Amino acid sequence: MDPSIAAFLTQDGVTNGAIYALLALALVLVFTVTRVIWIPSGEFVAYGTLTLAGLQLGKAPGIVGLLVAVAIVAALVETVSTIRAREWRRLPRRLALWLGVPLAVAAAVWWAAPRALPLPVQVMLTLAAVTALGPLLYRIVYQPLADASVLVLLIVSVALHFALTGLGLWFFGAEGSRTPAFTDASFKVGELTFSAQSLLVVATSMVLIGALYLFFEHTLYGKALRATAVNRVGARLVGISPSFAGALTFLLAALLCAFCGVLIGPITTVYYESGFMISLKGFVGAIIGGLVSYPLAAAGALLVGLLEAFSSFWASAFKEVIVFTLIIPVLLWRSLTTRHHDEDE
Amino acid sequence: MNAGRIVAALFVIALCAIPLVGPPFWVTLGNYIGLYSIVALGLVLLTGVAGQTSFGQAAFVGLGAYTTAFLTIRYGASPWLTLPAALAITLVVALALGFITLRMQGHYLPLATIAWGISLYFIFGNLEWLGGHTGITGIPALSLGAIDLKDERRFYVLIWVITLAALWGTHNLLDSRPGRALRALKGGLEMAEAFGVNGARLKIVAFVYAALLACISGWLYAHLQRFINPTPFDIRQGIEYLFMAVVGGAGSVWGAIIGATLITLLKQVLQDILPGILGRAGNFEIVVFGVLMILLLQFARNGVWPWLARLLPRPRPSPVPDAPPLPVRDRSPKPGMSLLQVKKARKQFGGLVAVNDLTFDIREGEILGLIGPNGAGKSTTFALISGALPLSAGEIVFRGESIGSRAPYRIARLGIGRTFQHVRLLPQMSVLENVALGAYLRGRAGVVRATLRLNREEEARTRALAARQIARVGLADHQFDDAGSLPLGKQRIVEIARALAADPSLLLLDEPAAGLRYLEKQALAELLRSLRGEGMTILLVEHDMEFVMGLTDRLIVMDFGEKLAEGPPAHIQRDPLVLEAYLGGV
Repeated sequence: MDPSIAAFLTQDGVTNGAIYALLALALVLVFTVTRVIWIPSGEFVAYGTLTLAGLQLGKAPGIVGLLVAVAIVAALVETVSTIRAREWRRLPRRLALWLGVPLAVAAAVWWAAPRALPLPVQVMLTLAAVTALGPLLYRIVYQPLADASVLVLLIVSVALHFALTGLGLWFFGAEGSRTPAFTDASFKVGELTFSAQSLLVVATSMVLIGALYLFFEHTLYGKALRATAVNRVGARLVGISPSFAGALTFLLAALLCAFCGVLIGPITTVYYESGFMISLKGFVGAIIGGLVSYPLAAAGALLVGLLEAFSSFWASAFKEVIVFTLIIPVLLWRSLTTRHHDEDE
Repeated sequence: MNAGRIVAALFVIALCAIPLVGPPFWVTLGNYIGLYSIVALGLVLLTGVAGQTSFGQAAFVGLGAYTTAFLTIRYGASPWLTLPAALAITLVVALALGFITLRMQGHYLPLATIAWGISLYFIFGNLEWLGGHTGITGIPALSLGAIDLKDERRFYVLIWVITLAALWGTHNLLDSRPGRALRALKGGLEMAEAFGVNGARLKIVAFVYAALLACISGWLYAHLQRFINPTPFDIRQGIEYLFMAVVGGAGSVWGAIIGATLITLLKQVLQDILPGILGRAGNFEIVVFGVLMILLLQFARNGVWPWLARLLPRPRPSPVPDAPPLPVRDRSPKPGMSLLQVKKARKQFGGLVAVNDLTFDIREGEILGLIGPNGAGKSTTFALISGALPLSAGEIVFRGESIGSRAPYRIARLGIGRTFQHVRLLPQMSVLENVALGAYLRGRAGVVRATLRLNREEEARTRALAARQIARVGLADHQFDDAGSLPLGKQRIVEIARALAADPSLLLLDEPAAGLRYLEKQALAELLRSLRGEGMTILLVEHDMEFVMGLTDRLIVMDFGEKLAEGPPAHIQRDPLVLEAYLGGV
């Protein structure tokens, strides 16, 4: 291996690592606030790429239908619980939120599809569509189980992953998609060539991480989520609704995953089922942070990206084995160093 | 047991009839249901009973299949010889993986199983000598003497003989000494270890048991299909095995069979009808499957079997026949001699000194009370003696042996029994079974003997012993009730009976009178007095002054982690230091 290959692999690893870092942050966020080990995050990534690819080909992507379907189910669930609680007055607002907003997003995507709008608009639409799925699925799938054990929530996550993978095949087809690069510029610093695409990915990730930091440190909603993560019961006692916190968390997490999807599109070909492996790599990163620490999770994700880049050079067939075997000593170390609470079993 | 036996008999008859009357396709489905059931049975033990979730069982199935495929083709070995070889390899791999991953707690374990499940799949797929992703063809068929098992109907018989044997063995195992200990793991490691259960070892045993069953299933699969590739052993199949156990009801052996049957049939039906309805080829069954799973967990978290079991007549428990007692501890009480010494015991949590160089001793045949205001360090002292917390400094000696840094299960072996401040019974198990768990250390039957039902005599003695202890504490009428159905006061008494079943020479009671009504307290005091009359030594941590004053021989008063006073109750009541600590000075 000469220095230029090493530099190339490092660049590759850091670029992938930056994407995994976003995913790892989403996973940490979801776990700390809702205790959900969010296996289906990968499907959100894949949906992101495939939706953008669909828009670029000028066809209405399948996500429109999915959005309409889950919005209707969520509206039904919400209506039933509102009627049960006899809170008639709140019904119109809730319906507007759970049915109106998603339908508007779906309509916008459907309208925009054949019109070959500029790339940034298509990216915005993609982000909106995938993000809207987050709170809707939380409402339907996880909120009724909010009091269940981590284990039940994990099994539900796996079930949802199955369902979303199957739907992905139905909506997007079996062919993989790759979106065109945002830019094909590159420049040289000394001996090393940097592609602007990689820099864009890394920069976007850093901006998002910064925005997330500001959100948690300086906004009331961010502080509410942090409070819920520290102590669910306590947060509830001071008036933070757990279902609101859950929905907001899934909104943010879905947005991060959608970004991952948009960023990863020009780098690899994404299939309807690619999400699982991507999310598991995010998990390896998140677990290095014990599923609770954001900076450690981001660092862990970067490590995963680098490990993957270098092992694909040395032992390409075994790159998945290497990445996933790394997790076992990390898990062991984590479980031995964290204090264990019986209630989490 | 009657209803259970009838169900079992009907089930077996129904099974045997299928290949005789059905079309060949039914036989194929029945074969798969059998293969899946074997794996799901292991998960019932591992996940449903011992509470350790594994998504990685498919990898062990693969280990069994690949071992026999490789050995029969490369070396021409007889398939019957490759079975022990496959079991041996699985044993080694499971021990290694179990040793690393079972130390993990909570959600780390299932994530680790996903990780090695994926790794093993990629290893199968990337090793050229294992055929890579294309796999291995031409695996020989099984034959039993002159009987060729190439025919699916004959193979069906073999699969179901093995499935039923696994069902029978697992059922036996659950209803035994190691089975009770496994079930106790769900009530928390601390509780199980207080009765001498080595939790870490037992988890590995359950893990290996499940892995070996998966391996047998894989061995059968390879000789049934006679062709293998990595796909059926990937993480998705591992997830599906877990789904089977959860859908059927992971708490019962029948749940495994029902889950495997339901999911196999459901997938088949979905694959047949959905493309017809939706008019496009796709992976729809996985969608319906995922959605059904979510609905099941939202509306029936415990699976299908508990729901079915409610429809069956509940067997009426028959009285426990008397049996010779289990061996008792060799001891000759010497009243008044020191039994346990606490020497300068110290416990620090960071900067907080919870117990500060505490020294006292417990004498044989006495009831010693440990009292003090809230936060005085009583419960920490209790935890130090029972081994739940390690000492920071100092020493605790029981019968001449230092126990300060021993694991709770090793302290239990020396003859120290305990109860818990917050009742730790297994609410779904009968009072009798809960108490029988206390006798864990007095039995010998291990997993092999239990699985093969060679433990009947010991089991009868254990049940008789448990029944005697329950009668001794006055709960004979409740011995077949679920422990969780009793009021709190009675549950505390069950805890005492469970501790007594271990034949301890020292009984540690953590606030036994808390939450008891007046008459219950009187009955408890009477029980403790009669135990003392039989030579039992008792340490009592308690808040209720009236209860303590009337009952104990001596009292230790603690405040701020230190011993404030020591002496007979009448002296303590007049001690000015104690009065100040309790009443803030008079």
